[in-house]
Amino acid sequence: MSGLYGILWQEAVVFRRKFWATTLGNMVSPILYLIAFGWGLGGSVQMNGMSYMAYIIPGIIGMNTMMISFSNTGSSINISRLFYKTFESYMISPINMTVYALGKIIAGALYGAYSALLIIILVSVFTTDLAITPYFVLVALLNCLVFSAMGFFVGLLVNSHSDMSKFTSFVITPMSFLCGTFFPVDKMPEVLSWIIYLLPLTHTNIALRSAGESPEQMALHVGVLVAYFIVLFVLGAHHCKNVE
Amino acid sequence: MLNIVDLTKEYKNVTAVDHLNLTIEDGEFFGLLGPNGAGKTTTVRMISTITPKTSGDIVIDGESIDRNLTTIKAKIGVVPQQNNLENEMSAWENLEVHGILYHIGKEKRRQKIAELLEFTGLTERKDDLAKTYSGGMKRKLMIARALLHEPEMLLLDEPTVGLDAGARRKMWDLLKRLKSNGLTVLLTTHYIEEAEVLCDRVGLINKGKLVQLDTPLNLIEEVGKVTVEYFEDGKTHEEFFRTREEANTYAGTIEGEVRIRPSNLEDVFLKFTNRRVES
Repeated sequence: MSGLYGILWQEAVVFRRKFWATTLGNMVSPILYLIAFGWGLGGSVQMNGMSYMAYIIPGIIGMNTMMISFSNTGSSINISRLFYKTFESYMISPINMTVYALGKIIAGALYGAYSALLIIILVSVFTTDLAITPYFVLVALLNCLVFSAMGFFVGLLVNSHSDMSKFTSFVITPMSFLCGTFFPVDKMPEVLSWIIYLLPLTHTNIALRSAGESPEQMALHVGVLVAYFIVLFVLGAHHCKNVE
Repeated sequence: MLNIVDLTKEYKNVTAVDHLNLTIEDGEFFGLLGPNGAGKTTTVRMISTITPKTSGDIVIDGESIDRNLTTIKAKIGVVPQQNNLENEMSAWENLEVHGILYHIGKEKRRQKIAELLEFTGLTERKDDLAKTYSGGMKRKLMIARALLHEPEMLLLDEPTVGLDAGARRKMWDLLKRLKSNGLTVLLTTHYIEEAEVLCDRVGLINKGKLVQLDTPLNLIEEVGKVTVEYFEDGKTHEEFFRTREEANTYAGTIEGEVRIRPSNLEDVFLKFTNRRVES
């Protein structure tokens, strides 16, 4: 496990060095969303019997943890492969590439979890509506792991930085807007909502709100996220062993 | 001992390395000399498992090398041509991470890091970020990193490319110290003088194929120790001779400016491939 420790130690050193840039950078988007949709638009809107601000906060946590986890791991792997070549130093080291994949995915997920913590601290100033339960924490962490694993796989798969941006434009950004971040998925046309229910962020957003759901429904959300994580992790770790 | 058997790397339309056969003995300082695009870097990248081979085998101490065999990878240290240091980390931190990844215990790790920073002359700058280092210092730090886990073999891919003359000389001094320590080294270069100064044996590689293989002295003697160089019909011509007398006699038959000089590995390469190394 010294390989895993080595990767996380290296990530911790870089995180400490870029602490303020990371912290402030992670706060910009959520603050804008909270101001625009929470105060601005949300001032006159009620959603499912609650204030729009209270409705949107779990969605912003889901969306932001997705974006931060995906982009941190994806960009880090892609740039280290194609530009800085630091990926090669791990390829030639005696570290098992599955352990490498796990280390990078956990590191990216921790960035996502840190961004969630920042949002929770931020919104605690404005509202007391957000209930942080163990289930909430579990779902948020799983969401970070799913999208960090997705970032890892995509970062290995695509061979240019612009293709990373294209993936974000075609997959990550649509998920941000369609998967229940800003409005319930059942407001969408039926066929489209079926597709949206297959996406991981939808389950994260529903689970983070978890209002009036049965234990079976709550378990289903966790199950979907775990399944996504396993598939993406296996794909990433397998590709890591063969990538050039 | 490193055995390369029928090693081949094919890309879509190019054979970068073509059935390469090579044995490097323990303690040998071996040079792979060839122009850019000859297949040197691809060979090193295949040995270090970064680039998958198309066919053939790479055997270290009787065991085939593979990216997923972690034990055998610990036997080699690699200094790639391109900087692959963590730029946002200091020299010490770069070495510390490497030591952890190679399972070196904390006490031994710290001791080795201090030794290698001293060996490479980087002790005073050990806490500075790698991105603030000059090209030569980065290369030295990569060498320190590659030596940290005490590998049996060191792969150096063009270690002085991009360095100015002074930095190159300093790097050679460092590599000579490694040589005197008895480490097995595979060095790739397209600098003639570097191969002549450092290497026990040199393999000349051209278009992915090994053209000649021997000590620098034997290779030069095989071609002829003395070169007559003259300019005719718009280009420089070289003729090779075993003795100075033979060269003098031939030079007497040439009209115009003639230069008689000791032959070098560039001449050997030219003779066997009709191509210059430093072109």
